[in-house]
Amino acid sequence: MSHHIDLEDIRSEFPALHQLVYNKPLVYLDNAATTQKPTSVIKRMFQYYEQENSNIHRGVHHLSQQATEAFEAARAYVANLIHAQYAHEVIFTRGATEAINLVASSLGELLLQTNDSVLVTAMEHHSNFVPWQQLCKRKNAHLLTLPFSREGELDLEEYAALLAKNPKIVAFTHISNTLGTINPIREMIGMAHEKGIPVLIDGAQSIAHKAVDVQDLDCDFFVFSAHKAYGPMGAGVLYGKQKWLDQMPPYQYGGEMVDKVSISQTSFNVLPFKFEAGTPDVAAVLGMETALRFISDVGYDWIGNHEHQLVDYATTELSQIADIRFFGQSAHKASVVSFLVGQIHPFDLGTLLDKMGVAVRTGHHCAQPVMDFYGIHGTVRASFALYNTIEEVDVFVSAVKKAVRMLS
Amino acid sequence: MTTAEIQQQIIDEFSAFDDWMDKYNLLIEMGKDTPVIDAQYKTNNHLISGCQSRVWLHASFTDNKVFFTADSDAIITKGIVNLLIRVLSGQSPDTILAADMGFLDQIGLKEHLSPTRSNGLLSMIKQMKMYAQVFKLKMA
Ligand SMILES: Cc1ncc(COP(=O)(O)O)c(C=O)c1O
Repeated sequence: MSHHIDLEDIRSEFPALHQLVYNKPLVYLDNAATTQKPTSVIKRMFQYYEQENSNIHRGVHHLSQQATEAFEAARAYVANLIHAQYAHEVIFTRGATEAINLVASSLGELLLQTNDSVLVTAMEHHSNFVPWQQLCKRKNAHLLTLPFSREGELDLEEYAALLAKNPKIVAFTHISNTLGTINPIREMIGMAHEKGIPVLIDGAQSIAHKAVDVQDLDCDFFVFSAHKAYGPMGAGVLYGKQKWLDQMPPYQYGGEMVDKVSISQTSFNVLPFKFEAGTPDVAAVLGMETALRFISDVGYDWIGNHEHQLVDYATTELSQIADIRFFGQSAHKASVVSFLVGQIHPFDLGTLLDKMGVAVRTGHHCAQPVMDFYGIHGTVRASFALYNTIEEVDVFVSAVKKAVRMLS
Repeated sequence: MTTAEIQQQIIDEFSAFDDWMDKYNLLIEMGKDTPVIDAQYKTNNHLISGCQSRVWLHASFTDNKVFFTADSDAIITKGIVNLLIRVLSGQSPDTILAADMGFLDQIGLKEHLSPTRSNGLLSMIKQMKMYAQVFKLKMA
């Protein structure tokens, strides 16, 4: 997008940013956990319940048809945004976690036999780790884990060595929520495909920050949650290649996903409905579409540049603090800064930052294997979004310095 | 002193400060004075769950009174544990079971009392009362 983008205009669209906490202006740097929502998204959902509410895909009446059309238009929009070949390759879920569980359960059922293996990395969020681990337990299969370096990067030679063990499924994250590493997924997908192994990409941390083209990446599955991308909680996406979705058994059973039901048997509906049992969160799906439109109006190029500036600046400024240690120092990094200062507990630092109006995340970030690797219990994590400003980074860094002085 | 008197004493100490920073500085200082748990009790058995920082709590029972020692890897958490210990340690099981810890709200630590906070302050109080309950049963 070539038009001029004014950060103040963007910020004015996010009501939640304009509040005081403990009488200090809120500096919201917990965007990797969830982003704030623009007015357009909130209004869209409100409007649905005020004027359009009705159950979809069922009624002959006007409202139901209108809601169905809006819901399917949202699907088409998502498909277009991520460059899916077909709209029916977009399955609506509750979020990334449900999408991964769906694939682990259903593709796992299709492909995994006793003594087979699944390959993940050691930097996964628990949501892209535990479903595979439990699948392997159920199937008496092995979970292979690709380690990462101290800088937080995956080693492609080790990856090749693990692929040589012929895992049946490979799953890894596009961007690490803890380390910020942007993984070389295109190359990694290509390597798996040379051996005919399907790949799931966890895009929970990427969809708000980077343009995604699933056909160019050639990934077999791509998942994300709306709420980490300016959309509502309760909606997310599973993109899957038709050839897999067609073969995979249903994940849940219920209304909508069936074709014919008799006492003795049931035949299942076509894609995408086969994987959408029950009444979905229509308002959330519509809110998600509005959020994704908002992102594309701002433009991934602008977002990438802006957030890159914020992370670089934050990292440079924080580096002046004595005894600071960064976790995740890849050259390819998204808008996440994870750190510890000396022996200070992240909880102490986070508590004092909170008192200064700065919202960060502390703890293990649902990635305990990452903490184990570094031999720590947690970090402080600041994560940036398109609405954050350089001035906020200044407030954040001086708050960290002040907290460190108090705790030293 | 009764638990109410100790609570009032703590409230007075904190009310000398208006600024949150001074209050937290005091809490951090108190963290340094927490009655130190004997190393042999710093085990998983004595770990309180539900805390983002690790908290170890030990209780002993002498002359019908319960005595607590504790430790945490986070200093603010230690400060908070210290406050709880000041109020509850050395009291009878019945007093501990009946104690209302409302002073935490009055000294501006209300946000730590929310059940959704991951610092486990509520778990600590619960654990202390549980010890009191156990000792009470032993007395009977
Ligand atoms: C990398 C990654 N994957 C998966 C998830 C899970 O997302 P959700 O809880 O929205 O399903 C998260 C959320 O923190 C994440 O950061």
